[in-house]
Amino acid sequence: MCQSARLTFAVLRQGKSVASLSFLGSMTSNLPASEPLPGGSPVSDSPRPRQILKAGSGGTSLNIHEIWLYRDLLWALSSREIKLRYRQTALGVIWVIIQPLLGAGVLSFVFNRVAKLSTDGVPPILFTYAGMLIWNVFNATLGKASSVLVSNASLISKVYFPRLCLPLSVVLPILLDLGVAMCLLLVMLFYYGIMPTIAVLLWPVILFATLLIALGLSLIASSLMVSYRDVQYVIPFVLSLLVYASPVGYSVKNVPLWAQKFYNLNPLVALLGNSRYALLGAGQFDPGGLLYSLTIGVVVFFIGMKCFKNMERKFADVI
Amino acid sequence: MPTSSNLAIQVRGLGKKYLVARTKEKHTTLAEAALSKAKNPLKRNERDEFWALRDLDFDVFKGDVLGIIGRNGAGKSTLLKVMSQITEPTTGEIRLWGRVGSLLEVGTGFHPELTGRENIYLNGAILGMSKRDIQSQFDQIVAFSGVEKFLETPVKRYSSGMYVRLAFAVAAHLSSEILVVDEVLAVGDAEFQRKCLGKMQDVAQTGRTVLFVSHSMQAVSRLCSRAIVLNNGMVDFQGGVKEAVDRYIRLGTSPDDDETSLKRRHGSGHYRFDWVRPALPVFATDEAKEFRFSITRQGDNLSRLILWADIVSENEQIIAHLDSRLDGVHPRDAEKLTGAFTFSTPWLKPGRYRVDVTIRSNGLIDHLEGACWFEISPVLPYRHTVQLYEMNKPLVLADGTWRVDGQPNE
Repeated sequence: MCQSARLTFAVLRQGKSVASLSFLGSMTSNLPASEPLPGGSPVSDSPRPRQILKAGSGGTSLNIHEIWLYRDLLWALSSREIKLRYRQTALGVIWVIIQPLLGAGVLSFVFNRVAKLSTDGVPPILFTYAGMLIWNVFNATLGKASSVLVSNASLISKVYFPRLCLPLSVVLPILLDLGVAMCLLLVMLFYYGIMPTIAVLLWPVILFATLLIALGLSLIASSLMVSYRDVQYVIPFVLSLLVYASPVGYSVKNVPLWAQKFYNLNPLVALLGNSRYALLGAGQFDPGGLLYSLTIGVVVFFIGMKCFKNMERKFADVI
Repeated sequence: MPTSSNLAIQVRGLGKKYLVARTKEKHTTLAEAALSKAKNPLKRNERDEFWALRDLDFDVFKGDVLGIIGRNGAGKSTLLKVMSQITEPTTGEIRLWGRVGSLLEVGTGFHPELTGRENIYLNGAILGMSKRDIQSQFDQIVAFSGVEKFLETPVKRYSSGMYVRLAFAVAAHLSSEILVVDEVLAVGDAEFQRKCLGKMQDVAQTGRTVLFVSHSMQAVSRLCSRAIVLNNGMVDFQGGVKEAVDRYIRLGTSPDDDETSLKRRHGSGHYRFDWVRPALPVFATDEAKEFRFSITRQGDNLSRLILWADIVSENEQIIAHLDSRLDGVHPRDAEKLTGAFTFSTPWLKPGRYRVDVTIRSNGLIDHLEGACWFEISPVLPYRHTVQLYEMNKPLVLADGTWRVDGQPNE
């Protein structure tokens, strides 16, 4: 066995002798090139390199083009998430319905039966369920996207790809869950005899704003979490408080007037209110609130991208 | 004569600095830790600078297979990380003419719950292959890995051999112009390693550039057309593979040379070993390991010498001891003694070993620790593969057989 190994080796060396010789020649011929190179201009007659790696070359531009090149990775990561979620579970995809339904059931029992808070004349379970849809998108996106870098640390330290793919990859599975949960909403609407109005066209805008806020916050959080794992504990805590500070299970009208000024600062307030208007026709359309939430979404997302890009280069070193 | 137009990689003044946390004062109690934290909540640990790479300059041409060798901590992996864009250089730059694909540590990006088929797509995408790339090469990947029957099985149920084969198969079908390979060939059975080496040779023959990091000198010798030896983050040598391997082997012994080795030498010094050299820098586990030596008389002549040789593992365990008397060799006095000693067994595990030699008569005459070093290649001498973890526990590998009555071996 060893004999054959050495034989191959000898043959290979012969075959490569030309290459080795020319290498020695090139070593000398390339010595002058070690002088500092003028930025961007190619060395002698060589064509432009495909890529130059140096300090700071990561850049801070929002490289949408690169994300596009890696769209298959984005897809693969998303489908991994989807495939894994309910594998080896007995109920499988039913969990997608059970979670918001039980959540809505408990919340509507507490807020509407025990605390007797009003729900704009809509059946409480329907009211809360419609709120749960938006809340769950926010909750799941923030929860997953903020921790996805740390949970994929081994990938980050071993292979290059646009890091932004990781937080973005959580969105698609969440939208899929939302789709399933929406089916149940349709059944409920039919059961209660409520016909959606033209206002339902607003709903995608509301969903978009929700995703922007959640992703923006996630990007900020995951940039911080790489160095400060504290963020990992802060987020679930904040989320568990926020569900009460947002009108998921009750109407905004129940909030005392003096407190509404502060209450409405939460961008989720307008999103949840408008979402119920769009889906159930409950309450009133609040264009100002929607615009406020959308603006917050854009700003937070932009800040998030900026933070993320600045940290991206250092991820592999500190994670 | 290559012009710079067939450059694949050009590295100039490359440096990479890490900040390493200094060992800070230890808090024995939680209260103590909390107190110090309360005094200065935002204080972070003091850090030291550490240059993992410094002032690297080299060129790689299209179609080159460049071996990167060096001891642990020499900067090999950091270099590959910078090259594959995982981390940024601190100084200098790398110019790349082509896409860089990295053949990762086996199984990175594999998910145990996903099936073989799903993992091929996932891992391919992580390595930067497009879905179409993977689809068009899917059958080749599966054929190369030899796991056809288990494509729909979650990889957590794979044997480690199958796992490795599948992971390598995906990565080996990367179509990037520059391929970065980090120590992947150190796994799997002999048969699969041969297959991998063959695949790497094919890759190089298609004019693509390969950077190959390995501790296996045998693999480097077989595969590479050139090599770079890294030492303490700097290029210690670049050029032909044979010279590089020699240089690497010597790097391990260099601290023992001259002065230092004299301090480690005990005995009366009437005779001294001039040198001890392995016949090959790398031996296969199951081949006879021959070492040549030379001894010179330094003082009075003595009758009847006794020669000892010991093979010592890297964690200072004496694996084997060979006494010249046992073989009926009783060297008589001479100005110069040369010869050879050979260890036919045991089957040493892959790794690095040291040879200590001793000359005795009535008392100790010369004892030379670290007279030379040699390597055992990672290719195991067995027909079949099993979990490597179990193989690592014993001191040496067994040269033996199993038989169950009435049942033939596969």
